[in-house]
Order: sequence, then C-alpha cells, then structure tokens
Amino acid sequence: MKRIQTINTRDLAKSVKNGGCGECQTSCQSACKTSCGVANQKCENKNAKK
Amino acid sequence: MIHQYKLNDYNIVLDVNSGSVHVVDEVAYDIIAAYETTPRAEIVAQMMAKYGDREDVNKAEIEQCIDDVEALRDAGKLFAEDKFRDVAVNFKANNTCIKALCLHIAHTCNLNCSYCFASQGKYHGDRALMSFETGKRALDFLVENSEGRRNLEVDFFGGEPLMNWEVVKQLVAYARSIEEAAGKNFRFTLTTNGVLVDDDVIDFCNREMHNVVLSLDGRREVHDRFRVDYAGKGSYDNIVPKFKRFVESRGGQGYYMRGTYTHHNTDFTNDIFHMADLGFDQLSMEPVVCAPDDPSALTEEDLPILFEQYELLAREMIRRKKEGKGFTFYHYMIDLTHGPCIYKRVAGCGSGSEYFAVTPWGELYPCHQFVGDERYSMGNIWDGVKNEALRDEFRKCNVYSKPECADCWARLWCAGGCAANAYHATGSITGTYAYGCELFKKRMECAIMIQVAEAEEGGALSDGAACGDGCSDCGDCTDCH
Repeated sequence: MKRIQTINTRDLAKSVKNGGCGECQTSCQSACKTSCGVANQKCENKNAKK
Repeated sequence: MIHQYKLNDYNIVLDVNSGSVHVVDEVAYDIIAAYETTPRAEIVAQMMAKYGDREDVNKAEIEQCIDDVEALRDAGKLFAEDKFRDVAVNFKANNTCIKALCLHIAHTCNLNCSYCFASQGKYHGDRALMSFETGKRALDFLVENSEGRRNLEVDFFGGEPLMNWEVVKQLVAYARSIEEAAGKNFRFTLTTNGVLVDDDVIDFCNREMHNVVLSLDGRREVHDRFRVDYAGKGSYDNIVPKFKRFVESRGGQGYYMRGTYTHHNTDFTNDIFHMADLGFDQLSMEPVVCAPDDPSALTEEDLPILFEQYELLAREMIRRKKEGKGFTFYHYMIDLTHGPCIYKRVAGCGSGSEYFAVTPWGELYPCHQFVGDERYSMGNIWDGVKNEALRDEFRKCNVYSKPECADCWARLWCAGGCAANAYHATGSITGTYAYGCELFKKRMECAIMIQVAEAEEGGALSDGAACGDGCSDCGDCTDCH
C-alpha cells in the first residue's frame, strides 16, 4: 500500500484462541509498584500452539 | 475504534480492537479520519481540495487509498469490532488461583522520605519485621493456592527489606527447597533504597533475584530533596556507588533503576538522563502517589509540561540508541508482536484476585497500596482469604467494568489501570484515576512511536519485522505463523 504501512503486531482476535495461560506477570509488583498497565508485559505462553 | 496522532513527524493510526499499528502519510491520515462518517465521493472531493495541487495526489490515487483502507477493514486491521467482552471477562472472574505475593518483610525504613505512600515504611501502623515462620507460611500458602500455575512471583518489599535481610535469605532458601517437588518456579524481586547494600546482598541477589528494583530519583539535588535519613542527610552519595557496583555485577540480569518524580521536578527527563549518564540502562520513573493537597502532588498545570517531557524522552531514547548509548524506560518497553494476549489486556492487574500483599503479621491485602486500610483486610495466610465478597469485586474488576474506559482508545493497552490508584482517586476500584489516564495515554503514544521509528530504521515497516529473541511462540503474530 502506497500511503499506509503496517507494523506487525500480535493479532488480538487470534489470541482469544491461543492466549489465557495465566503465566504472565500479574501486576506492577516487580517493577514500578505504583501503576499497572499491561502494554509492557511479556507473554509467557509456551504452549499456545500445542 | 481507532486512534490517530502525529508525533515526531510520524502519522500513526492505532486500531484499538485488533491492536494494529499503521503508519500513514498525511493524505491517508485524513482519509482514515473521514472514512466512517463521510461518503466516498465526498472524501475524494475533500482530499482533492486539500491536496490536489500535489504531484502525487489525483482522484485515482485517492480512490486507491480508500480501497486500501477498506482492505484493511476487511482484514480486521482497521475499524475492527470489539468481540472480546464475553470471552475475556470470565477469564478473570473464574480464576481461583493465587500466583503472586508481595511480602512486607519490614514495616520499617532507614530513610525518612516525606513523599512515601507507605508513611516511611510503617503503612500508618506499627514498625515490625516479618518472622521467618510467617514468611515460610506465606510461601506455603502461595504453593497451596496456585494450582495450575508454574511461575510464582514473590516480591520482598517494605519499608526497607534489607532491614530484615537474614529472613529474606532464609525464605529464598526455603522456597528453593520446595519448588521442584511442587512443580513451581519462584521468581523473586527485591526493592531497596540501597542504604544497606553490600557484597553479601549483591552476591545473593545476583544468584537468586529475578529482578531488583533500586530506588534512585535522579539528580543529587532531586534525590536528596526527599530521600534523606532520620538526621535529614541525603542518601545519594551513599547509594549511587553501591548501585553502580550492584548493576555492573548483575551480568545482564533484570533490574530497574526506579525513581519518583513530583511537582518539584516536572523536568524529570533530566533525572532519567542523569541515571543513564551514570551508566544505568534499565530505567523507570514514576509520578508520585500522594494526596492532592500534598505540596509534592502533581497539578493540572503540570500536565502539559509532563506531556512534553515524555515526548522529549522518546525522541532522546531514539537518538541515544542510534549512538549506541540506548537505555530502556519501563513504560516504553512494549513488544508489539509478543505482548500480552487479549485475556491479559482485559483482565489487567491481578490485585485482590491472584496477587496479594502480606503484612509482617501475615494479613492479606489486595496489594501493597491497600495495606493499612482495614476496609481492605481480606484474611490471613493461615486461614486464607476470608472476605470472598471483596475478592469477587476484584475478580470482576476489568477494563469492561469501568465505564470511563468504554470510549478510551488505550483500554487494551492499559486494561483499566491500577485498582489502588482508582480507589484513592474515586473511592471505587472500578473508578479511574483520570490524571494517571492522561499520563498513560501520552506514554503509550510515545512508546508506539518509538516502535514505529525502530521499525522504519530496521526497514521493517512494510516487509514485516522478524521475530526477535524472546519469541514466546504464541502463534498469533504475523512474523512466524
């Protein structure tokens, strides 16, 4: 596309099927301690494709 | 829903429900802005009126761009619908396991920082140290209540945890002695003000702590404004050499050099750059959490200054990275391809449901920021969570339970934010801390802009970025599947 470039991102709709393992960090506890967004948390799902 | 913004000469379009990030030229930017409310012919007319004198713009070009917008829409990458409410909300509501504890190993501190949300470590109560027996029971409680989860997070927090250091070491040893048989992996974090850091602390933490959070507010005069001992002496000159030694010996393991900024240093990027110039490269700088009438509290007038600061930080991080002097900033550490799944993005913080703070006496609170507020006492590590009604409130607290989040473009990056911040600002955990929301949105715009700049630098804007180290093989991104 000439005027639109897209960065690869995780497909949130697909993650309905593959996500939800619950192994990722649960809060701000190991970091800022005063706020919690989830944008910078890492996915820890090791079994999504199995 | 989409969100459009211009930053650092980039025109960026975020698609909220798919998580897609598009970088567009100004013609496409305006077309996308008009697309949902304006007939096609009218869009063409408007674009011709605005850009028709440019060589690269004609009716056919504009029609093609509209076709591209529609192709992205059809592919679910633009104007995607929100289909997540039903599937993701139950994920948190049905969760019964506990997987993380904040152990308040010491309700006392050797510094006397007036801005401390924990009232100099005492949490508005008595000074106390957690006993080994209480800590051991907390770890057993965590193992007993974490069925189905392997990774267990335990944070040694205070007050100042190093004031109870021997118990910290004993508890880590105990956890290591039980984790294999229990099928668990303990990840420890220690937060410290640095005063008692010595070789023993450094060696032990480098062996056992998944992460260490080191408190430094930045420039000496900024740090020493608040972070003083009980004689009123600043701690900067004492702790900085220790932190340097600590970080240099950490061998690449995780740490955060974490500062707090207040109304008194709204030019906080100078403190971040000071940390970077000291040689630290994993940085965090947080807005102060305090009552609105506190002289340190951030004000509405500060907000535009803070916005500028976050933008300045982003631009400087890009520049320094190109020069080989890059550093990370906690709130800009986003991974667009392997970040959190939709369940996490809806559920948000696990406080009060799968994460609890444990006081030195073994009481359970939803998180460290609720400790000392008796209304939020939830039980103890011997009898378990007794206030199930309150736990249920936290389980049902998610991005869809907060009315103010419904129209927010950042909701699936934020997941509704911090329950404690919301409670302290509005009296309800399902409220929102509006000031924090504004800062969060600005930080997200900056974080995504950095990703755009790096993708452009790496030639990955149109060709697709390659999977990097740390790929979780989630199966959801377009890189490797």
